[in-house]
Amino acid sequence: MSKSLNLLAGTALAAGLIAGPAMAEKLGLGRAALPEEIAAWDVAVQPDGTGLPEGSGDVLTGEEVFADKCATCHGEFAEGLDSWPVLAGGEGTLKDRRPVKTIGSYWPYLSTVFDYVHRSMPFGSAQTVSVDETYAITAFLLYSNGLVEDDFVLTRDNFTEITLPNADGFYVDDRPETEYPLFSGAACMTDCGAEVKVTKRAVDLNVTPEDPDGRPAGTLPALTMAAAGTAAPAEAAASEAATEETATEETAAEEPAAEEAATETAAADPALVEAGQKVFKKCAACHKVGEGAKNATGPHLNGVVGRTAGTIEGFKYSKPMTDAGAGGLVWDADALTAYLENPKGFVKGTKMSFAGLKKEEDRAAIIAYLGTLAP
Amino acid sequence: MTDEPATKHVPGASRRKFLKGSAALGAGVIAAGTARAEGPDPLITEVQDWANAFGDAVDAAPYGTPIHFESHVVRRNVEWLTESPVSSINFTPIHALEGTITPQGCAFERHHSGAIELSKSDYRLMINGLVDTPLVFTFEDLTRFPRSSMVAFCECAANGGMEWGGAQLEGCQFTQGMIHNMEYVGVPLRVLLEEAGVKPEGKWVYAEGADASSNGRSIPMEKALDDVLVAFYANGEALRKEHGYPARLVVPGWEGNMWVKWVRRLGVYEHAVESREETSKYTDLMPDGRARKWTWVMDAKSVITSPSPQAPVRHGKGPLVITGLAWSGHGKIAKVDVSLDGGRNWQEARITGEAKPKALTRFHLDIDWDGSELLLQSRATDETGYVQPTKDALRAIRGLNNVYHNNGIQTWWLKSDGEVENVEVA
Ligand code: HEC
Ligand code: HEC
Repeated sequence: MSKSLNLLAGTALAAGLIAGPAMAEKLGLGRAALPEEIAAWDVAVQPDGTGLPEGSGDVLTGEEVFADKCATCHGEFAEGLDSWPVLAGGEGTLKDRRPVKTIGSYWPYLSTVFDYVHRSMPFGSAQTVSVDETYAITAFLLYSNGLVEDDFVLTRDNFTEITLPNADGFYVDDRPETEYPLFSGAACMTDCGAEVKVTKRAVDLNVTPEDPDGRPAGTLPALTMAAAGTAAPAEAAASEAATEETATEETAAEEPAAEEAATETAAADPALVEAGQKVFKKCAACHKVGEGAKNATGPHLNGVVGRTAGTIEGFKYSKPMTDAGAGGLVWDADALTAYLENPKGFVKGTKMSFAGLKKEEDRAAIIAYLGTLAP
Repeated sequence: MTDEPATKHVPGASRRKFLKGSAALGAGVIAAGTARAEGPDPLITEVQDWANAFGDAVDAAPYGTPIHFESHVVRRNVEWLTESPVSSINFTPIHALEGTITPQGCAFERHHSGAIELSKSDYRLMINGLVDTPLVFTFEDLTRFPRSSMVAFCECAANGGMEWGGAQLEGCQFTQGMIHNMEYVGVPLRVLLEEAGVKPEGKWVYAEGADASSNGRSIPMEKALDDVLVAFYANGEALRKEHGYPARLVVPGWEGNMWVKWVRRLGVYEHAVESREETSKYTDLMPDGRARKWTWVMDAKSVITSPSPQAPVRHGKGPLVITGLAWSGHGKIAKVDVSLDGGRNWQEARITGEAKPKALTRFHLDIDWDGSELLLQSRATDETGYVQPTKDALRAIRGLNNVYHNNGIQTWWLKSDGEVENVEVA
């Protein structure tokens, strides 16, 4: 009783205290962490090498692992595909209007590369890169930034000998000295300068998401159009229908396709399809769908159900995927279930860096959704 | 609990009457400010269906959601900002909210590998490193420590980051909406650290999340022992999944990236880890090509939430409520000034409710609008005497590549027709 009261008093004081650890009485909650548990979770690597595990890796091995596990997003040379992060290059650009911040041009510590790759990459299947692979990838990233030769071997022992080019490029927050004095003191209230004019308008850039009526997304509805949420769409639909009458003639040729898609949708359970559309968010980073969808990190998935594996033209599949298609693999529900549950287990060597959908209902839903996508 | 049907649905006839009624009302609005009715209002003279039939029964919604008329009040994202929606950001609809507390359901989200599902029974929190006894807590253990509570704003350091080069997005949801403000209950981090016993050489606490990004940030020991909370309740209920259920860090006044969600480990070290989130990101590039690091505190800032581009003035001239939010990571807001002429002249706005330290503060200014164009601005002053600067004053020091900590004054151009644009003035 008195024990907890002490502690409460300490807590109440805490807000105002800036002091070293005070020795409060302990409640005896929790249990001792076991060494194996600490080893499993404390994988942090610090600039002075604290936390580096035993191991090593060379540039050439790193290049292979990178091509296998990282290049689909970051590019073969770590140059960054599409708008995925660029990991190499950019030296001398930090003062430019568009600086390129990479490991070589910006990062202060090599420990951060090891730590981040080991704990957070590849994106979507984190913590699958072994210690030696991480050393090898780190060596490769040094090489692709022109910081070591291709015969370089990175080990725990030589790790801290490497200094990144921008190691001295950082200093501790100096706003208290450089900004706060300038921005303090009584603020001007009247006649604080000459009359002003509009110099920049966001509308000129026109990059804001919009509602169907062309206003910025989320614009509050007019209160005088009571219940606009339900009334307005009906009106809009009516006027759209009227204008579409003329348009149908021109698009007549396209209609059958649309109808087909519609019947397919009708056949599938709409709730399942909707659930699948949500699950697809996990795929959308790499796969595009819908009208005019292009290949991205992965091939477009329009009409994928029933399609032979590895056959979208213009997409650079892994060899195992092309081989699987040539060997007769067709993406029916069973094949998709197996591939999506464990991509690398089903097609050994596939370059889809995706850990897989562990839940059966997610797999069923996504397949129902994929089935609605016309080729 | 009765066998009889609880509700009767009688749409149709009266629905049409309702629409007619609203059309008549709509016509009346053009003569803005008029109080004269052009004939009796059918919404008053005719019996409406909500006035003669049942509404929803008590078992219709065991956990309620906002009424569908408010369906536009949702988080929104800007697709082109990021390559992947699982490492991305969305924005709080601050233009549509009042008061200071942000409902959890529309409070902005930022994940680096998506919002994970972690149950209370699977939850573990480890404290290790430079401590007397490395410990593991279950969620139940956490619930047995003495609790404290606070209201705090959580602002992403990149809030407003898209506006460094000039006005870019239409609406405070997008320009200032990476912020939320909740009432938290949890265990002070100090109490947990004391349970493990911090060794004298332990100067930093590295907090790390349980998600695939295992986002981690180093927090200096002074802050960790001051006001940081391991929170498990927000706004009176459990945290939402997207905000770190079942437990997250609350780091009052400091950048949102440090508020580690699904917090699973606190490593006590002598030095900062210098993780990716405190080197490659969340460092502020300056014009000389060097960068500031450890820029943790969110400086004083304010924005007018209405009128704003997503909250145009539709009622014409006359009484107009101007309202907005102000906050400071250094403490309480002391005052907020509002300018109608782009910063030449200012008047002090009313602070509505209590100004709490490191929490959102609401301000109002009620004016009689004559229908002329206004260049609306707000300017916060906090209890340290810091006055929110203009964007150009920040650019003069930090250039255009700073990305983070853009707390410059926002300008809205209110036009005679009531529409509002995001602009900059000089
Ligand atoms: C599916 C695409 C994808 C794959 C595959 C991938 N990454 Fe990434 N990588 C990302 C994304 C997205 C980010 C940014 C994540 C964030 O900010 O939350 C990132 C960030 C990084 C960064 C930090 C970049 C910076 O500037 O801060 C490094 C380093 C990195 N990845 C290395 C790797 C390595 C090494 C691999 C292979 C083991 C890999 N990545 C695989 C998508 C990917
Ligand atoms: C990190 C990027 C990434 C993610 C996320 C991803 N994929 Fe893939 N996917 C790929 C790549 C790359 C390939 C090509 C594989 C190969 O060539 O080995 C591929 C191939 C496929 C194929 C075979 C296509 C064909 O033409 O043969 C299917 C089907 C597929 N993915 C479905 C999915 C689904 C469904 C999801 C989400 C649940 C998903 N993928 C998530 C990158 C990704």
